Amino acid sequence: MKTHLLRGLLAAVLVVTAACSQPGGDAARVDAAEAGLKPAAQRNPAPDFVLKDAGGRDVKLSDLKGKVVLLNFWATWCGPCKFEIPWFIEFEKQYKDQGFAVVGVSLDDEGWEVVKPYIEDKKVNYRVVVGTEEVSMKYGGVESLPSTFMIDREGRIASVHIGLQAKSAFEDDIKTLLQ
Amino acid sequence: MTSRLFFSSAAALALLAVPAAAQPGCALTAEPARITVKRTENPEYRLRLKLPPGCHTNSHQPNDPDLIPLRLTWNPGPLEAGAITFPKPTLEKYSFSEKPLSVFSGEFEIVTQFTRKPTAMPGPAVLGGKLRYQACNDRMCFPPRTIEIKAPVMLQ
Repeated sequence: MKTHLLRGLLAAVLVVTAACSQPGGDAARVDAAEAGLKPAAQRNPAPDFVLKDAGGRDVKLSDLKGKVVLLNFWATWCGPCKFEIPWFIEFEKQYKDQGFAVVGVSLDDEGWEVVKPYIEDKKVNYRVVVGTEEVSMKYGGVESLPSTFMIDREGRIASVHIGLQAKSAFEDDIKTLLQ
Repeated sequence: MTSRLFFSSAAALALLAVPAAAQPGCALTAEPARITVKRTENPEYRLRLKLPPGCHTNSHQPNDPDLIPLRLTWNPGPLEAGAITFPKPTLEKYSFSEKPLSVFSGEFEIVTQFTRKPTAMPGPAVLGGKLRYQACNDRMCFPPRTIEIKAPVMLQ
């Protein structure tokens, strides 16, 4: 009970802080306190964005509506992020045909100069874009990396994973959301 | 962009989502001590730094080319910065790293050798510099940050 109260209080503080810190912010901005696979009725829409991939093509998140999306914020200087990337490559390969997609959003200041060689070297098989401050803000600021948002087929955020997770934590979410 | 990344929501989120990651932000704290420099002295300056428990920052010579090194630079002033000596890094293995990483953690000092310029006038001055670092804990990393160093100096 106390835990629930504390979580509720922290969530409220987060939402109020976010609102105060970003005047005129996106109404669809994520409630950063989401954690665990939420019941469908309680899920918030994933803020949309359009960013370029390494080939200069637009990647629009809302174009993936109908798929389960693993949206991963990462950077090449982030060890825990790089630890997860082989898992995401595997998930993309294994679940793509069931309506699943991974989107990686790099927060490297140097952009493609460092991201492109890295994803080529690691043979990343999923969409990767270079993020902007605006997109980062829509997702609660993304101060800690990795930060991963699981998005359901209706384009709603079903869970948030901050920091290095067990591979099974992602895979359990993916399997449940694909059902 | 990272320098403008957003406030501390992730800190509370980390508390909610991953209780083991109890060091949100992993902010490096500098404690610039005041020094007095004698008329003919070329002083060394010891910059004391502190990280919260459970946090580390890459050393000045990270053993992974993707990692961002710790960098200290000094602004021009009455004292001219010379050799900068970092402590010996520790090699630590983390849950996310296949090999041990070259890091600093806890409290440590960076020593800079300064030369007093012949034109330096007696009186109060400030040693100004910038320290750029990128910190992590065992489960997450935080954007690179630059902190301003302002150390009060009395030139005799």
